Amino acid sequence: MLPTPDTSHVPYERVYEPAEDSFLLLDTLSSPSETQFLHETFSPTSSSSSSPSKAGIPFVVEVGTGSGVVLAFITAHAKAIFGTNQVLTAGVDMNAFACRATVTTVAKAQADALAEAAGTNSGNSSHDGNQVPHGMYLGSVMGDLTAPLKPNSVDVLVFNPPYVPTSEMPNRPESFKEDFPFSSSSSSNKTSFDDDSYLLALSYAGGADGMETTNRLIAGLHEILSPRGCAYVLLCAQNKPELVKERIRGMEGGVWRAETVGSSGKTAGWEKLQIVRIWRGSA
Amino acid sequence: MKVLSLNFLTCAVKACKSSSSSYPLHPRDAELVQDEIEVNPDMLVNVLPRLDWAALRTTSSELGFPPLPEQPPTQEELRADDKLVRDLHHLLLETQISEGKLVCANCGHEYAVKEGIANFLLPSHLV
Repeated sequence: MLPTPDTSHVPYERVYEPAEDSFLLLDTLSSPSETQFLHETFSPTSSSSSSPSKAGIPFVVEVGTGSGVVLAFITAHAKAIFGTNQVLTAGVDMNAFACRATVTTVAKAQADALAEAAGTNSGNSSHDGNQVPHGMYLGSVMGDLTAPLKPNSVDVLVFNPPYVPTSEMPNRPESFKEDFPFSSSSSSNKTSFDDDSYLLALSYAGGADGMETTNRLIAGLHEILSPRGCAYVLLCAQNKPELVKERIRGMEGGVWRAETVGSSGKTAGWEKLQIVRIWRGSA
Repeated sequence: MKVLSLNFLTCAVKACKSSSSSYPLHPRDAELVQDEIEVNPDMLVNVLPRLDWAALRTTSSELGFPPLPEQPPTQEELRADDKLVRDLHHLLLETQISEGKLVCANCGHEYAVKEGIANFLLPSHLV
C-alpha cells in the first residue's frame, strides 16, 4: 500500500474533503492491472528503443483536484505507478482554494516520498538525481475543465467529477468578481457562507444524471488527449455507466475504448462507484 | 507555476484555439521566484521531445533569459551539452512565475497570476 498524501491543511469548508471516490482513484491507479498498463504505455524502458524516450515524458493532468490528494499521490508515487519518476503533473480546478491546497498537498507528499526513499537506502549518501522517486509537478491553474491546456498534450487525464444528480447546476464561476477570492485573503481570509457552499456545490452538483460536466469533458477528449493518451473518469451508479461506456465506444467511428478498471461499494450487485479508463484502442 | 507549464497552456477562449497567435501566452509584469532543484539530465532529455521549442524561445526571451539556440538540440546533443542542460533546468524547472499576467496575442485577454496560480476562468461573454 502506498501512503495516502496528508491533507490536514486543507480548508474543508471550501474544498471537497477526500472521500470514498478519491480513495477509489488512488486504489485503482496503483492497482496491479493499471500500473501494468501505465508502465507499458509510458515507461521509457518498456519501449523497444531503450533510452532515451522518443515520445518524451508523459504529461499527467488532474481536472478538479479539490484537496489535491489524487494528484499528490500520482506525483509522489510516480515511480511505482508509471515505472519512472519522469512524469510531469499539473492540476486544474475552478476553486482557487483548491488550487492553493493542491500546491501544499503535492509539496508535502513529495517531501514524504523523498524522506522515505532516503530511509530505505540509508548509508548510501551519494544522491543520484535519478533516484528522486517522485514526479515533477508544474503547478495548478484555475480553469474550466481542460480549457487552458494545449490541444493533444495530455497523456493521462484524471477526473473525479461533480457526479451527483441535481435538478440544477451551479453557475460556472466567471472571473470570480475580478479577483475573488484572493482579494479578501490578506485582510480576513474568509468568504461568506454562501461563497463557501457555492464552492462545495461546484465539487458535487452534476445536473441531469450527474453527467452534465462529465459529458462536456468526454466530448473534448479527442481534442485534449495525445495520441497515446488515456483518461480515468469516476462514475457513480446514477450516471448510468453502462450507457456512458457504450456512447464513448461509439465516438468517432469506434476508435475509443472504455472499460471499468476499478469499483467500490457493491450493493445488491450494483457498483456504487467505478473508475472507467478511456483510451484509443490500437488496431 | 513553473515556466515549463507555459509550454502546455494556451488561451482558454474557444475561438482562439485555431489561431497560432494564441500560443504561447505572453507573460507580462511577471515576478519570478527561483527554487533549488537537483539537476536530472535524463529527465530533461526526455522532456525535450515534449517541448515546443519556438514557443519556449519566445517565453525565455520575454522573461529576460539569455537566448536559446534557434534550433532545438537532438536528445543526444542535449545529453552531451552540460551547459544547455543546466540552463534548461534552471529556466523550465527552477523558475516559477508567482505574480503577473499571461496575455493572449490573439484576443488580448489577460489571465492574472496570483500566488503562483493563473486564473483561466473566463467572463461569460467569452465562454
